[in-house]
Formats: sequence, structure tokens, C-alpha cells
Amino acid sequence: MKPALRSILIILSLFAASALHAKEYREVSVADPYIEMRTGPGKGYPITYVAERGENVEIIRRKTDWFKVRNDRGREGWVNIVQMEQTLDAAGETTEFERVGRDEFLQRRWETGILTGDFSGADTVSIYGGYSISRNLSVEVWGSQLIGNFSTGWLGTVAVVHETWPEWRISPYFTLGTGIVETSPKSTLVSTPDRSDQFAMVGAGARVYVTRRFVLRGEYKSYVVITSRDDNEEVEEWKLGFGFFF
Amino acid sequence: METRVRILFLTLVAGMMLATSGCSSLPFFGKKQDTGTAEAPEQVIEPEVERRDIVKPKIDTEDFEIGGFAGIMSVEDFGASPVVGATLAYHFSEALFAEAAIGRTDTEETSFERLSGAAQLLTDDERQFTYYNASVGWNLFPGEAFFGRDRAFNQSLYLIGGLGSTRFGGDDLFTINFGAGYRLLFNDVFALRVDFRDHVFDSDLLGESETVHNLTGHIGFSFFF
Repeated sequence: MKPALRSILIILSLFAASALHAKEYREVSVADPYIEMRTGPGKGYPITYVAERGENVEIIRRKTDWFKVRNDRGREGWVNIVQMEQTLDAAGETTEFERVGRDEFLQRRWETGILTGDFSGADTVSIYGGYSISRNLSVEVWGSQLIGNFSTGWLGTVAVVHETWPEWRISPYFTLGTGIVETSPKSTLVSTPDRSDQFAMVGAGARVYVTRRFVLRGEYKSYVVITSRDDNEEVEEWKLGFGFFF
Repeated sequence: METRVRILFLTLVAGMMLATSGCSSLPFFGKKQDTGTAEAPEQVIEPEVERRDIVKPKIDTEDFEIGGFAGIMSVEDFGASPVVGATLAYHFSEALFAEAAIGRTDTEETSFERLSGAAQLLTDDERQFTYYNASVGWNLFPGEAFFGRDRAFNQSLYLIGGLGSTRFGGDDLFTINFGAGYRLLFNDVFALRVDFRDHVFDSDLLGESETVHNLTGHIGFSFFF
């Protein structure tokens, strides 16, 4: 019984040891005269320690542009990315960190966001997801909720988007798409049956890169709803919102 | 006599062993030679140089925050009742974050319904108040909170506002929300949140269209990843 217990204990302690050692942190050495370590990830938090030139620090985690580091003596603190970029890595080169900027925006693959605005008198809230095929061309899927005074509904769109001058600060785009709109009258009004119609859409808009993964976006879309009645319905929509890319 | 029997027995056994080993080992023999030649150079040349691999361990980023909350929501004319919900946020910087939230509460009867006794304005399904929204938050006054002599936790107030939609009384209602909250971080990844918000929409549920304020107060926990 006793040896069995002991072997279990040994195995357990081995597991614990491996669990402790499994986490390997990136280590950098300070090349500036010093780096400032703060108590929290923000410029308002007080500096409680400075790591001097030549000192090695481990990077434990990152929150936005702040890095939690630990030195050899176990001192921990948060350092800004500007100071972290002045440290040297194991190969003796300046450390590089993933920084999301305009270049990443131009090379983005996926984008998602939320826009709100007016759909021919009704309020609309739209969520979209997009995939870039090239720098100019992307495919987008939209889901919009329409909230009007007399009826509410849903709008689903598949669209192709052409961003003509992606490198411009305010970058215009043109879009073409199709989808289905479903409307139902408000419950407080006399009930008429729900309707589901197909539509074709053409539109134009612009993106403005703000910061990090953040994009502002505004657009105008014109819809031709193919109804079962004699006339096709034309609807105008404008929206404003933000998206983020990854 | 005995020795002759023993010799006969031994030759029989030897013959059988040869026969079985011959049958089974012959095809193996060819294979073994193959693997032998393949393994040979590995044994001869053993690299003594220890290469230094520079594999950069990935840095954990904790810019996303997922959370759940519970509290009280006061729906104008329909009483105050428990609300539960979930949030997902992305932190752009130390100051700015975007958050998507969903929440739900079962509203109570209006005082008119209670006093009149029989009249019911809404069905049970319509009485359910469900909302979703997307908001932008701004961390205000970051700092530390001290618990006793040895413990300090990071904290901040935040202002938050956004828009979304509410489903209530059988209708979808365009809703804006705004408010303020408090976030206390127990460590780098686990936080307590207290949040007070007003959800505003125009409703004609009780006859005339009017602007309706629905105040919410909830407490929750969130996890950064």
C-alpha cells in the first residue's frame, strides 16, 4: 500500500512540475538605460520598478499595448509597447511585436461589424461579415433588422464589394448584391399576412481606418424589391457604423 | 535403448525447430537486412553539435472579454424583474472597448392588469423582454483598489453607450442604451462588473407612441482571453 501511495505521489508531483514548466515565456533583455514597470496596463498606473539595461525579463501576457513582464527576481509589472520594442530578443536583435496598423488593415482577410441607419423610414440595425478575395474585391453577408412604425422585418443580403482605391484615407467602395426581405406588420395594428420578397441592391460607401482593428463605415444602398404585385418597390437605405478586421 | 530414443527425440525436435524457424525466418531475413542498412548510417554518425532552436513562445494576448450578468430590470409600466444576460467585448486600447450584449427578463403585469383582475394586455410570450445591443465603452479613472494591507486590485469606471434592438410585446423596437459601470480585476484575467444602464425606445404598446425608459442594474463576472 505504502509504495503504491508513494509512486502515486511521485507521479502527481511530476505532473505538477511539468504543468509548472509547460508554460514557456518569451524572454527579452533590456537595451535601453531602463524600462518602466507599472502596476497596471495603462499609463495612469504608478511605476513601481525599473528594469535596468542588461536585465532579462519574461513576457507573461499582453493586454492591448501593454505587456506584463517578470524579471529574474520575480518582480512583475506592465510595460508599454514603445519601451518593449527597444528590448533585445534571444538572438540579440530588436524585439518585434505584432502591431496592428494601416498595413494590416490593407491586408485584412476578414471583417465584421455593426451599422445602423434608416431604411426608407424604418430604423435598421445591420450586422455583416466580409471576406477579402483581393485588396479590391470582397464578398459580404449582411443580416439587417428593420424596425418601422407600421411593420418590422428582416433583410438578408449577399453582396460583392469593390474597393476602388483601398490606400486612400477615406476609401470609397461600390457594392452589388441580392437577397430576401421579410416584413410583418406590427402586432398593435390590424394583422395582414407576412411577406417575403426578393430584391436586387446597388450601393456605394466609404471606409475610414481609425486605429488598431477599428474601421468606421458609412454607406448608401438602393434596393429594388421584386414584389408579387404589379409594381416593383424601390427602397433607399443609408447606414453608419463601425467594423473590425482580423 | 534409452539413449537411442533420446537421440531420435532430439533429432525430431531439432528437425521441427529448423523447419518452423526456416519457414518463418526466411521472409523476415530479407526485411531485416533492409532495415539494417537503413539504420546503419544513423548509428555511425551521431551529431554531437547541439543546435540552438530559437522558437519564440507565443505571447498570451487578453484583448477579448466574455462575461455573464444577473440583475434587475425595470421595464416601464411592467414592473421590475430579474434580468440575465451575456456580453462579449473587445478592448482596442487601455481606454476604449466595443461590446455586444444580450439580455432577457420576464416582465410583470401592469398595475392596470392587476387592479382590473381579468384583463390581460399581453400573452406570456409577449411578456418576455429580450434585447441585444452593440456599444462602445470608455474606461474612465483607472486605478487601484486596496483590500487590507497587502492586496491591491486594478479597477476602473467606464461610460458605455450603443444601440440595438428589443423584442417586447410582440414587437421589435429600435433601442439605444447608455450608462456607466465599474470593473474590478481580481487578477489579470478575471473581473467583477457592476453595470447600470438605461434602455430607451419608442413604444405604442399602451396606445399612444411614447418614449420608454427601462433602467437596468446588474452585477456579473467576466473573463479575459
